[in-house]
Amino acid sequence: MAYTEEELKKELETKEYEYGFYTDIESDTLPKGLNEDIVKAISLKKNEPEWMTEWRLEAFRIWQEMEEPEWANVTYEKPDFQAISYYSAPNKKPKYESLDEVDPELLDTFKKLGISLDEQKKLAGVAVDVVMDSVSVATTFKKTLAEKGIIFCSISEAIQEHPDLVKKYIGSVVPQKDNFYAALNSAVFSDGSFCYIPKGVRCPMELSTYFRINQAGTGQFERTLVVADEGSYVSYLEGCTAPMRDENQLHAAVVELIALDDAEIKYSTVQNWFPGNKEGKGGVFNFVTKRGLCENNAKISWTQVETGSAVTWKYPSCVLKGNNSIGEFYSIAVTNNYQQADTGTKMIHLGKNTKSTIISKGISAGKSQNSYRGLVQVNSRAENARNFSQCDSLLMGNECGAHTFPYIETKNKSAQIEHEATTSKIGEDQIFYCNQRGIDTEKAIALIVNGFSKEVLNKLPMEFAVEAQKLLEISLEGSVG
Amino acid sequence: MLKINDLHAGIEGKKILKGINLEVKPGEVHAIMGPNGSGKSTLASVIAGKEEFEIKKGNIELDGEDIEEMAPEERSHNGIFLSFQYPVEIPGVSVTNFIKTAINESRKAQGLEDMPANEMLKKIREKAELLEIDRKFLSRSLNEGFSGGEKKRNEIFQMAMLEPKLAILDETDSGLDIDALRIVANGVNKLRGSDNAIIVITHYQRLLDYIVPDFVHVLHDGKIVKSGGKELALELEEKGYDWVKQETVA
Ligand SMILES: Nc1ncnc2c1ncn2[C@@H]1O[C@H](COP(=O)(O)OP(=O)(O)O)[C@@H](O)[C@H]1O
Ligand SMILES: [Mg+2]
Repeated sequence: MAYTEEELKKELETKEYEYGFYTDIESDTLPKGLNEDIVKAISLKKNEPEWMTEWRLEAFRIWQEMEEPEWANVTYEKPDFQAISYYSAPNKKPKYESLDEVDPELLDTFKKLGISLDEQKKLAGVAVDVVMDSVSVATTFKKTLAEKGIIFCSISEAIQEHPDLVKKYIGSVVPQKDNFYAALNSAVFSDGSFCYIPKGVRCPMELSTYFRINQAGTGQFERTLVVADEGSYVSYLEGCTAPMRDENQLHAAVVELIALDDAEIKYSTVQNWFPGNKEGKGGVFNFVTKRGLCENNAKISWTQVETGSAVTWKYPSCVLKGNNSIGEFYSIAVTNNYQQADTGTKMIHLGKNTKSTIISKGISAGKSQNSYRGLVQVNSRAENARNFSQCDSLLMGNECGAHTFPYIETKNKSAQIEHEATTSKIGEDQIFYCNQRGIDTEKAIALIVNGFSKEVLNKLPMEFAVEAQKLLEISLEGSVG
Repeated sequence: MLKINDLHAGIEGKKILKGINLEVKPGEVHAIMGPNGSGKSTLASVIAGKEEFEIKKGNIELDGEDIEEMAPEERSHNGIFLSFQYPVEIPGVSVTNFIKTAINESRKAQGLEDMPANEMLKKIREKAELLEIDRKFLSRSLNEGFSGGEKKRNEIFQMAMLEPKLAILDETDSGLDIDALRIVANGVNKLRGSDNAIIVITHYQRLLDYIVPDFVHVLHDGKIVKSGGKELALELEEKGYDWVKQETVA
């Protein structure tokens, strides 16, 4: 297979979406549309305490007053919020004791995703809380975690079983009024995960959750809350794939991380939602609010590999409130065909001697647009704040775009801020060199892209890194040959 | 093994190779010499299958089979290796990872399983030792920040790993100091055998003291204007390329 820019472009365009399948599991779905009654109904269906219902209603009222943001470097047809069904739960909603009891069709879905629970159970040290169509249907490794006092469950369960913790922390980092999508999520979130690590405990395994969107026309509003108490440590993995659909699916998740004094949270995401077909039809709209709060000497690292979604709008952020706290952001964002991604991070330096690192790798192919938008803000009290940012872009072909928007706001003269940016292109000479050594064009691109992304891939936990590499290959390779 | 018949090739309407005839048999070493711009690298690229060059006339046979339609990676799988005059950089991909991928892709093409890790390791160690390459070097990004000499040595290391049937070395001697030259030449000589052939492209006689050729060809303006034994290289060194140019005009 020979390589020219033209041919490469074609290859990339013919890429089929690997995980394009749809599982037909009966669901219990609320009527489409959104009003106070729907919000109440969601809360009721989930048997929530009154304070939760009130909190949702407050969020809904705020949301009604808000306008969708326009400023991100993306264009898309705005979702019709009245045409979405805000709740959908698998009909058979059991608590399984063993895999035998699980709906075989669901198991089959897991197999297609390459995450059969069978395997996962054996996989040393990985606990999986699978969120399928908004409700948790399987949870493993709970016992080991319970012995350490670690709570890892669905947020619905946490609202029932640990209301004090939820009440104390929910909305403390991302308030209801934070932004349009956060407000919407606060009103209608269906489920998500909750995690609490007690003081001084080091979580002995990677906690992992797989999200999927499965029901036609169902918006997915996940809510994740991770609290690492003083001196604790947790590594949390979030990954997802979605079935192929021809209508846009809205996803507006909120993730809140709280790292109390001396605690550390590592949050890794591999995101592979349906990006739309080669004409740009279909695909997931991904508007996510992710933010972490660091108290004294605490550390939060966000690592993300974004290959999916038609439109991605996402800025995992760190509020470095405590002195000596550290925020890190490592990101790989791949866009192909007509995908649009506007992602980046915000590092808000409030405490003294706070430090942040941003490494962003953007890979664009096809007619896609890939933007990095980052804000480094240094407050007047934040003596000796330091930031290092590096944004690298890799372009494939001539029709895609890479954009970098670094915003820096410093109100303290002692701040040291460094920003580096590069843009490169996969060259024909690089491809020919690989070809000459027996490596075909498809593999060559994967190799070059993996090399380009290495600094970020290295930050992922082992088993996730392998999956992430596979995803990079899937999203960039055509059916060459 | 390799047979080139009346090969004409060029790029974007520009004629570069203007009727090359060359036959290389198993076990032979051929040297191709000639002034800058005479078409040496182009010939090497065309044999390796670089698509930018267009073949206007003539053909290339490998073991009796036309290879013009063969993709470059297939030619590689069939035993053609080109040590580049200007090896490219691939940031973030280590020398080890790259060679491992190359070997396993070739094996895959032959219907073989990946090379077992311990075998790969043993082979890497052995070849690195042969070329006096230290371990640290193998973990560096491919050609990134390598000196000219390191790039060339790395090319020969890959050649030693892949054990090609036909190796084409394009100015592998440039950028090498005399010690490195000896080490590299030694590595190349290790590959020599009754089943392999080597084409050495060079400006200078120097390398040919170490890799002694059976035949020497002088390329000028896209044509082989003179062929002879190893003494031709010495004569060239003495009289310069102008001598050949004058001879062809005469
Ligand atoms: N990619 C290319 N595009 C245009 N001209 C080229 C290209 N590659 C080589 N040439 C031209 O072809 C001629 C032969 O080049 P080359 O094969 O590199 O010579 P040598 O290796 O003998 O120095 C030169 O005139 C050179 O400028
Ligand atoms: Mg040359």
